[in-house]
Amino acid sequence: MLAFIGRRIAISFLILFGSSFLVYNMEAIAGDPLASLAESSARNKAYLISRLTAQLQLDVPPPARYFIWLKGVLGVFVGDLDFGKTRQGGAVLELIGSAVPVTLRLVTAATVLAIILGISIGVLSAIRQYSRLDYSMTFVSFLFFSLPVFWIAVLLKQYFAIGFNDFLADGQVTTPFMIVIPLALGLIIAGFIGGERKRFWISYGSAAVGLFALINLLNLMNWFQNPGLGIVLVFLFSAGAGIVVAGLTMGFDHKIARNAALSVAALGAVLYVPFNMIPGHWLNLGLLALLGVIAVVVGVFTAGFWAKEDRSALRRIGGLTAFITGLFLIVDKLMQVWNPYVNSDAISGRPVPTISAANDLMDSHNYWWQLLDVLLHLLLPTLGIMLISFAGYVRYARSSLLEVMNMDYIRTARAKGLTERTVVVRHALRNAMIPLTTLIAFDLSGLIGGAFITESIYGWKGMGTIFLQAVSSQDLNLLMGVFFLTSFLAVMGNLLADLAYSALDPRIRMGK
Amino acid sequence: MTDNNSPATNAAGTSIEMKETAGLSQGQLVRKRFFRHRAANISLAYLGLIILFVFTAGGIHLGNKDMPITVPGWWHLTINDMSEVAISHSDSGQLLIGAPTLDLNPFDGNGVSLGAHPFGQDTIGHDYFALVIRGAQQSIMVMLVVGLIGGLMGTIIGAISGYFRGATDSILMRFTDLIITIPTVIIGSVIGARLGNLGVFPLALFLGLFAWTGLARLVRGEFLTLREREFVDAARVAGASAGRIIFKHILPNAMGVIIVSVTLLLSGAILLETALSYVGFGVQSPDVSLGTLISQYQDSFQASPWLFWWPGFFIISIALSVNFIGDGLRDAFDPRQKRKLSRKDLVQAKQIEKN
Repeated sequence: MLAFIGRRIAISFLILFGSSFLVYNMEAIAGDPLASLAESSARNKAYLISRLTAQLQLDVPPPARYFIWLKGVLGVFVGDLDFGKTRQGGAVLELIGSAVPVTLRLVTAATVLAIILGISIGVLSAIRQYSRLDYSMTFVSFLFFSLPVFWIAVLLKQYFAIGFNDFLADGQVTTPFMIVIPLALGLIIAGFIGGERKRFWISYGSAAVGLFALINLLNLMNWFQNPGLGIVLVFLFSAGAGIVVAGLTMGFDHKIARNAALSVAALGAVLYVPFNMIPGHWLNLGLLALLGVIAVVVGVFTAGFWAKEDRSALRRIGGLTAFITGLFLIVDKLMQVWNPYVNSDAISGRPVPTISAANDLMDSHNYWWQLLDVLLHLLLPTLGIMLISFAGYVRYARSSLLEVMNMDYIRTARAKGLTERTVVVRHALRNAMIPLTTLIAFDLSGLIGGAFITESIYGWKGMGTIFLQAVSSQDLNLLMGVFFLTSFLAVMGNLLADLAYSALDPRIRMGK
Repeated sequence: MTDNNSPATNAAGTSIEMKETAGLSQGQLVRKRFFRHRAANISLAYLGLIILFVFTAGGIHLGNKDMPITVPGWWHLTINDMSEVAISHSDSGQLLIGAPTLDLNPFDGNGVSLGAHPFGQDTIGHDYFALVIRGAQQSIMVMLVVGLIGGLMGTIIGAISGYFRGATDSILMRFTDLIITIPTVIIGSVIGARLGNLGVFPLALFLGLFAWTGLARLVRGEFLTLREREFVDAARVAGASAGRIIFKHILPNAMGVIIVSVTLLLSGAILLETALSYVGFGVQSPDVSLGTLISQYQDSFQASPWLFWWPGFFIISIALSVNFIGDGLRDAFDPRQKRKLSRKDLVQAKQIEKN
């Protein structure tokens, strides 16, 4: 195994060498960095040209210049990584170092959400093959698959951001929306519930009426301007989520699992008051993450306390429920600061921004304000990226699960009388996810360079923006820096995907 | 919902399939299954109509500046024609600049008509119909060229690699890995920024040269399994040359994988081209593409939304119908696929059982 990994890494480095050599020379031959200077009418033109030539070593022919560049990159082994200098004379490494966190912040949430949502919908679609839900999800995923990201970004800006801000100015859902929203959302809910025609119409009707009443109630309470969940709703939501988690893992009739989940949710509700007493300016991301980890550990132990058997499964339920409860607590807290945030001078009533990564005008040391600000800036780009990449996961998850569901061992599992839930969750899903892990590993590695259009639309100064700038200003070193990082990650992602595959599927042997 | 997995329907499905497939060749079976896929059929017809519409309306423009080869289309305006921007008022009294004159409502007394500028005019008076048609032509052209080159290269490299195995395979596959590590957007931008001004053909050509990798891997995998089959041994024993075995014996059996993955390549190509043009690294002005149109007029969304909707409509139409056709083909080529049994099938199955 080790020999195999070693060989793979060696080959990967050779491939990286080849592709960087290719791109370097292509770009060096095709793009002339002196072109913009040659056309300029500056009086010291000759001096400028000679200075840039010296700075970028343009007098060395491209293939040889590549090795100068490579020497800097190989410096990583002696602790002195050097990607060369940009045209302006800054270090490429520094520029990339400042851009990577921005891009990561942009794509992480979108990708995680796309994976979770895509796989769940794909699985549901496969379980109910040829149902209304399946057909509509197939259509929707094909539609999203065919959408250009820049096109959907403009639409999101127009209807989501500007429209939503206009709506907030008044804070009341108007009559046409009060009718259309329940009808549309009801259709989606009823589609997910499924069932025969009669049951479909009943669930559609009740969902629509319920939503209509809910919107009216929220309107009356002025909830949209002053949102919040409160201790009761936080408990109810997390209890509901806990029951679903317990039901999916151990079965809906498993009393102990349900009680364990409920106890964790109740504990979360008890902690509601102390959590809200933490002053906002004390917190930061690290502290919040630490609180999250503590919550999960507490959840694991609380659930484990219930166990007579299946301790590990119960602990899993407890941890997951604690995590979800924590999310609800955070959502509630964010909703509490919503109204003062929206009405502050920096925001002045238009909270959904269409550009940039953070609001510079806002100066608040309250962590919740900062978090809300960052999340709102993430909203539009995340939606755009998510809608498009989620479609692929739906298709893959669906076809992968369908393939597994036709296998003989599934028939065996059914024949020995297991419930459909056990067959799907325990037997089919685990095997269907194996090909998906390779896809995910590969996709994750492509993220850094993958969002450059989204970045340029929303004005984020990440890898994409740097790259576009490098191409248009013919900045070879900068371009190579971005290229090298992305293709390095792609190669590593590929290797990881292979290793994950062999670890998950014992039929696949690596090496030899 | 009918239960598709119950033994009775399974048996019925099998007996129908047996009856349906008796005495048909592989090609006939695939065709039959494809034409049963409703979404794919509609998409095929729709895509055909769009291509026909776009190329008859705009005419065909080939060649370069010095030696243009032009076949005029039925639409009288070109992308260079300018006229005064029409100013009108909407029903609610809002000022509209260069509003579309397309009238699809047959009941308002005027009937269905195109008018002077069906898709409206841009801010300086170009006919937007001509621009969008030209952009759609460019995008379709790029899509087809990339598909053709990528498809050919991927098939040939994959076939050689999978058939000959050994050192040839290692070298070709390492080369494929090398190209795969270069992210498509990056190579596309570099190519587009440097070659975009040469015109749309060289751009498409070079994009195609980097688009074959996924297909090559798939075809290789397919060849690796197919070459071990008995019919290949039989051909070899009968003295067939390597070329003959590859093209006459194995390739037809690998056609399904190739066609399906080429359709994916096509829809990917149109999205890539429009995206590159959008950020300014694709088709360069004065020529237009659907991507440049959107990037140019996205800021006038408030005042004249049609400048944004029409190019988007064409991109999505083309990409969506290509995707659906691909889905239909995948189903048609997959011998294991089970389809939903219609009521007619169940009646038919009962009759078979009775006889």
